[in-house]
Amino acid sequence: MSAVPDAAPAVARPESRAPVRAAAPYSNPYLAGVGLGLVLLAAYVVMGRGLGASGAVTSFVSWALSLVSPAHAKSNEFFTEYLEGGIGHPLKTWLVFEVLGVLAGGFISGALAGRLSRTVEKGPRISVAGRLGFAFAGGALMGIGAKLARGCTSGQALSGGAVLNAGSWAFMMMVFAGAYALAGLMRRQWR
Amino acid sequence: MNAPFYKFGAFGDEASLVVAFVIGIGFGFFLERAGFGSAKKLTSQFYLDDLAVFKVMFTAIVTAMLGVFYLSWLGIMDLSLVDLVTTNLWPQIAGGLLLGFGFVIGGYCPGTSLVAAVTGRIDGMVFVLGAMAGMFAFGEAFPLLKGFYDSGDFGRLTLPQAFHLPYGLVVFLVVVMAVGGFMGAEWVERRFAPPAAER
Repeated sequence: MSAVPDAAPAVARPESRAPVRAAAPYSNPYLAGVGLGLVLLAAYVVMGRGLGASGAVTSFVSWALSLVSPAHAKSNEFFTEYLEGGIGHPLKTWLVFEVLGVLAGGFISGALAGRLSRTVEKGPRISVAGRLGFAFAGGALMGIGAKLARGCTSGQALSGGAVLNAGSWAFMMMVFAGAYALAGLMRRQWR
Repeated sequence: MNAPFYKFGAFGDEASLVVAFVIGIGFGFFLERAGFGSAKKLTSQFYLDDLAVFKVMFTAIVTAMLGVFYLSWLGIMDLSLVDLVTTNLWPQIAGGLLLGFGFVIGGYCPGTSLVAAVTGRIDGMVFVLGAMAGMFAFGEAFPLLKGFYDSGDFGRLTLPQAFHLPYGLVVFLVVVMAVGGFMGAEWVERRFAPPAAER
């Protein structure tokens, strides 16, 4: 965001720009980190478990599949485990309710900061269609990787990291290694 | 000694879902505050001019790690009752790599993509659909992958156990590493920051 176009109208009539509220700057990363860490600590103290994200999405996928093709879902060991994981219903799980909270919390923070906007996050050198294609492909890789690793950045790296889980630390180092390995190839998408 | 409260029967499964929702609100709130609903902010980590991902993540890990450690040292919390995902080294290494690829290709991880989607980012919504497709594919292929999925099984394993070091010493080493990492991150950001005119 360049300072030049902003400066001119501000001199003329600052109030006229008020309805188009500029997005607030992001929090200091160390403060946000302490906040996130205290939420994680609360999960451990109150529940004896960490945070998560991908598990809830898998519950949803398994449940959706069981609606489309109940017999097929029940014949598969992986989906069955998620279908039987809930308290009487596949979607009545701790992680599904936690993720509903994540959606609410993210929305509240975004709304308070004026950061709700229907956009596509991308660099200037890639088309919207290209970016969305990469978003889908990256999501798919992440879905497979998270299941293989028994958790994602939330459940493994962050939560497992804090309780010194050996597998979580190995996982976390590989996430950074994998991302840096492909960062050069992906530069056109972001920069 | 009465934490973790849930494990000591302080409340039941139904009430735990309310706890889940409240904790989730905090989780989503701080992810969004940190800027993690934005793929451009997240992927800046890999182009070295904004290392917020590293800083937020390690500050959170250190904060929770110290809390858990001191509460258990004071006898308030029983660490042995905390859920730990089993260490299955090979699939966790392979899965970590795939996740890393997916991170820089897709711009998010599962948790941050949910925050992105709910704050209006269309690429975040598409990423979530992609993750669902990937999980479906994994589930369909599970009979073939099961052998690998269960390989490298070390059971419940912590770093102190793996390296035969006292828990407190590993906590101390992680803090030292994190502080060193934060100082390094500030230096790297100054080094790779675009010139002021571009900001």
